[in-house]
Amino acid sequence: MEREIICTSCPMGCHVTVTMEEERIISITGNTCARGERYARSEITNPTRTLTTTVAVAGGGVLPVKSDAPLPKKSIPQYLEKIHEVTVEPPVLIGDVVIEDICGSGVNIVAAQNVI
Amino acid sequence: MKTIDLVVIGGGPAGMGAAIAAYDAGVRDILVLERDHRLGGILEQCIHNGFGLHRFKEELTGPEYAWRFEKELRERKIAFRLDTMVLDLSEDKVITAMNAEEGIFRIQAKAVILAMGCRERPRGALNTPGTRPAGIYTAGTAQRYINIMGYMPGKKAVILGSGDIGLIMARRMTWEGAKVEMVLELMPYSGGLTRNIVQCLKDNDIPLLLSHTIVEIHGKERVSGVTIAQVDENRKPMMETARFVECDTVLLSVGLLPENELTRKAGVPMDVRTSGALVDQRRMTEIPGIFACGNVLHVHDLVDYVSEEAEIAGRGAAEYILQGSEPDPNPVTVRPGNGVRYTLPQRIDRAEDTTIFFRVTDVHPAVRIRVKAGEETVLMRKRPRVAPGEMETVRILGSKLQGYMGQTLTVELEEEAEHGT
Ligand SMILES: Cc1cc2nc3c(=O)[nH]c(=O)nc-3n(C[C@H](O)[C@H](O)[C@H](O)COP(=O)(O)OP(=O)(O)OC[C@H]3O[C@@H](n4cnc5c(N)ncnc54)[C@H](O)[C@@H]3O)c2cc1C
Ligand code: SF4
Repeated sequence: MEREIICTSCPMGCHVTVTMEEERIISITGNTCARGERYARSEITNPTRTLTTTVAVAGGGVLPVKSDAPLPKKSIPQYLEKIHEVTVEPPVLIGDVVIEDICGSGVNIVAAQNVI
Repeated sequence: MKTIDLVVIGGGPAGMGAAIAAYDAGVRDILVLERDHRLGGILEQCIHNGFGLHRFKEELTGPEYAWRFEKELRERKIAFRLDTMVLDLSEDKVITAMNAEEGIFRIQAKAVILAMGCRERPRGALNTPGTRPAGIYTAGTAQRYINIMGYMPGKKAVILGSGDIGLIMARRMTWEGAKVEMVLELMPYSGGLTRNIVQCLKDNDIPLLLSHTIVEIHGKERVSGVTIAQVDENRKPMMETARFVECDTVLLSVGLLPENELTRKAGVPMDVRTSGALVDQRRMTEIPGIFACGNVLHVHDLVDYVSEEAEIAGRGAAEYILQGSEPDPNPVTVRPGNGVRYTLPQRIDRAEDTTIFFRVTDVHPAVRIRVKAGEETVLMRKRPRVAPGEMETVRILGSKLQGYMGQTLTVELEEEAEHGT
């Protein structure tokens, strides 16, 4: 079986073809660089995404936040729910941890903007 | 009237990048004027990641990318003024601006860098018939509501236009709990980056309907739905395909327009193809001492390119201020040929290594990019795929340019003749 995966690691967007036999990856072609192969592998086994959203700021407005590493794609709704429960108190600086180890994933949700 | 060596209009990534580059090239008397209450420009509302891959080799969000530049600006103690709107620019580089503290004031600049960015095409430019109920927004406005004010514009949305901002907003609204019914694209291909089609639409099972448009918007006070239809090859709706889709929100993502009101006031000659100024390889317009970079010059899809261009303009302005510049009697003229919509710069007035940025008119799988002078091929490059939504570049070495001063170079596409037709 062949699966076509569009590599999103960079704006080139290479079309990578993964040939599978049962659950085994036989070959990966079409990628321009090594990152494409890694990406295609992880898309097949455990697709991950960096999560970006906002949390409420006490006193009004919102703070952009992001996961400091990619999270499993399938659990994103669950993470979002958790993040939406949070309200932060200013001041907050870029990189400050807003939620530590979200849902036991080992990944932190950090501030992506300064609010002073 | 106060005089300042370099005034930069706009404090987005282009303006900040240009000011930093000019400083590093030796200019000290610099002032950045920004109408918003903070620096960063449109990036402040682009909270998704993916910025800076070329430049910093990591994926930053928009505000993080902007912050890197703001830090550099502050470290150099480059002066900037916020909440300051530039109202006018004259041909002899007198800037009229206004803020609450100083009222209306004027500055004589030795050089000016235009970095006012772009704005979205509003609905008026669309001529979608129907009433005008609440619930219709440009995608950028919706982005500002959600990401800066924390206000959700609706629960069930249809997005018209598959440019990057529309795609990003499809995911954003979904993640914030809204249902995005579909994204419609008039053209037979998307104007957005592939990664956004994958990560924003495919990931969230949002259908992308190519060759489709909205033919009517329904609802009295609030949008209650839209009638959509497929279009034929002349982009005319085929009414037999029309169907109703219920929604309370319509987002329009139908393109960006460089914001060149000030440029026009100064009488800077414009390029109808880019809707920005005509510039040379240093990004100097046809008025000596007035430079332009970023989205005010031509619409960029990647901010990394904006920063690259800002550096070129900043260095160019510094050279102009510190050394003056003799106009070259013998410039190279660069123009688009077959399959190419525009080229930038439009003029190269010195035989130095130059990157020509351009956009193609259509999607092509495998093409050759040919730069030619008359019928002579100057250089040829292969590309596996080109699309109008993705800016292309070719680099010409100064040693090569040497032989073509005073001539016209044409950038064109040539299909790879695989089928022998
Ligand atoms: C809604 C929207 C969303 C976008 N999303 C993305 C994205 O996801 N990824 C991406 O790579 N690119 C995105 N872009 C493109 C993005 O604009 C560029 O990548 C980059 O931010 C352009 O930088 P700039 O400095 O040229 O313009 P801007 O960031 O627009 O900055 C221009 C600045 O000039 C100021 N200004 C304008 N006129 C005046 C005046 N008269 N007086 C004083 N100040 C003035 C404005 O307030 C603004 O701060 C988006 C663009 C828009 C419009
Ligand atoms: S394979 Fe390499 S070059 Fe191609 S999209 Fe992926 S990261 Fe970019």
